[in-house]
Amino acid sequence: MTRGPYNETVMDHFMNPRNMGEIENPDAVAEVGNNVCGDTMKIYLKIEDNRIVDVKFKTFGCGAAIASSSMTTELVKGKTIEEALKITNQQVSEALGGLPPAKQHCSVLAEDALRAAIEEYRKRNKQKGS
Amino acid sequence: MKTIYLDNNATTMVAPEVLEEMLPYFRDLYGNPSSIHTFGGQVAKKIAEAREKAASLLGAEPDEIVFTSCGTESDNAAILSALSVNPGKNHIVTSRVEHPAVKVLCERLAAKGYRVTELPVDSDGMIDMDAYRRFLTPDTAVVSIMWANNETGVIFPVEEMASIAKERGIMFHTDAVQAAGKIPINMKNNEIDMLSISGHKLHAQKGIGILYIRKGTSFSPFLIGGHQEKGRRGGTENVPGIIGLGKACELAYLNLERENNYVKSLRDRLENALLKKIPRCKVNGHRQNRLPNTTNMSFESVEGESILLLLDQYGICASSGSACTSGSIQPSHVLRAMGVPYTMIHGSVRFSLSIYNTEEEIDFVIDVMPKIIERLRQMSPYWRHEQEACSSV
Repeated sequence: MTRGPYNETVMDHFMNPRNMGEIENPDAVAEVGNNVCGDTMKIYLKIEDNRIVDVKFKTFGCGAAIASSSMTTELVKGKTIEEALKITNQQVSEALGGLPPAKQHCSVLAEDALRAAIEEYRKRNKQKGS
Repeated sequence: MKTIYLDNNATTMVAPEVLEEMLPYFRDLYGNPSSIHTFGGQVAKKIAEAREKAASLLGAEPDEIVFTSCGTESDNAAILSALSVNPGKNHIVTSRVEHPAVKVLCERLAAKGYRVTELPVDSDGMIDMDAYRRFLTPDTAVVSIMWANNETGVIFPVEEMASIAKERGIMFHTDAVQAAGKIPINMKNNEIDMLSISGHKLHAQKGIGILYIRKGTSFSPFLIGGHQEKGRRGGTENVPGIIGLGKACELAYLNLERENNYVKSLRDRLENALLKKIPRCKVNGHRQNRLPNTTNMSFESVEGESILLLLDQYGICASSGSACTSGSIQPSHVLRAMGVPYTMIHGSVRFSLSIYNTEEEIDFVIDVMPKIIERLRQMSPYWRHEQEACSSV
C-alpha cells in the first residue's frame, strides 16, 4: 500500500535517499534555495575529465524535494557535464513516476542546484585556465 | 499497523456512544421533524433534547442554539449577520491568526469595501489588549476573535474582549471551534453575542455545527428558506448529525475534567520529553495560556512535511505549519504573525491529543521522534551550520 501523498518510487527515494551526504574537496558545490517555498538543496560534484564521477547532496525540504534531489544525483552520476546539463526537472519528475501537481516546483530545486554547481565549476576552471 | 492519532485539532473520532445514538435516525426513524404526524414528531422531540444538551455544555438556553452544517457556516452566518443588522457601520475587527473560515471571509469583505483590522499578536501568540481597545471605533460593526487558536492552542481573552466591545455597542462573535469541549465555556458569565462550534472537533460527525446566538441579538439568516431553527437557518435538519452532536456535547461536558487533567498530563509528558531529548527545538505559543490538548513545536533545520511522512511510517498522525503541507505555498499565517523565523515555521509540528490517547502511545512518539529529527538533520544542509553557529558562541 502506498501511504501518504506520494507514489512508491518517490517514497523509496525519500526513505532511502541515494548519494546523500557531502564530498570532501569537491570540484564544485552549490547551495540553492527554492524561492517558491523555501526548500534548500546543497549539491557537491566530483568531476574528472569532464565527467561527474561522484555526486552528493543535502536537502532541507519536503518529501518531494528530498526524492527529487536523490533522483537527480542518480541521473547525473557518470554523465559528462554536457549530458548533465540536458537533464530537466520534467525528466526528474518522470523518473520518479510523477509528483503531485502542487509539488512539481520541488523538482526545479534539484535542477537549479545542479546547474549552479556546474556553472561554478566552469567559472573556476576558466580562472585556472587563464 | 496501529494508528496513533494525534491530530485531534484537525478532526476527531466519532465517540462510540455518539454513533450509537445516531444510528436509528439513518434508517428506522427517518421522519421529518417538521411533520405533524407522530412519526416525525418523535424526531422533533429528540432534536429538542439534543438542543438542551448542547445548551448545557455552553451554559446557554436551548433557544440560543442554532444547528448549522459546520463551523465555517456558523462563522460566515455570524459575521454576515452582524454586518447586515448594522447597515451604517463599515468596520470589522479580527485577528491575524483566525481560521480561514473567518480570515478569508474578512478578506472578501475587505475587497467589497469593508474596512478590516487584523489585530497583531506577540511572539507568544497573545493579543495586545491596548491595541484592541484603540482599534474599536464608532464605525465598528463586529469583532470576531477565535476563543482558542487551532495551530498553537493559545487561548484569547474573548470574554474580556466581548465586554469591551459591548461597552461600545459593538457586536462580538467568537469562533470557539477549538475551545468547545476542551475548556469550560459558560455563556451566562460573558457578553459574547455569537459563538461558533463544529461537531467533528468534539467527537461528533463532520457536517454539523452550532451557532450560538444570545437571546435578544438581532440576527439575519445566512441560509434563507423554511421556518427551521425558528427561522434562523432554513433547510431540513441534519437529524442524525444534530442528535449525535447533542450526545457529543453531553460527553464533552462530562469529560471536561479528564481533558484538563489526563489529556493535559499526556501533552505535557510529550512536550517535556521532546524538549529534553531533542536539541534545538522549541514550543510555539504561550505555554500556560493554552488548550490542554495542543502542542506546536519547531525543530530547527528540518522540514515539517518530511517529519510527518516519517511519523506516518509509524502510524503516527500529526500536522505541520510548513508551506509544503498547507496546500498552498505560504507557510502557516499563525506562526508568521507570531514572528517565528521562516525555517522554524517550516520545521513545525502540531500534536493535538484527545481523551482516547494513551500513555503507551505518547511514549512511543517520544521514542521515535528524536530518531526522525536526527535522521532529517543528517540530510539537512542547515544542520551543520547550526552546530557551528552554536559551538562558536
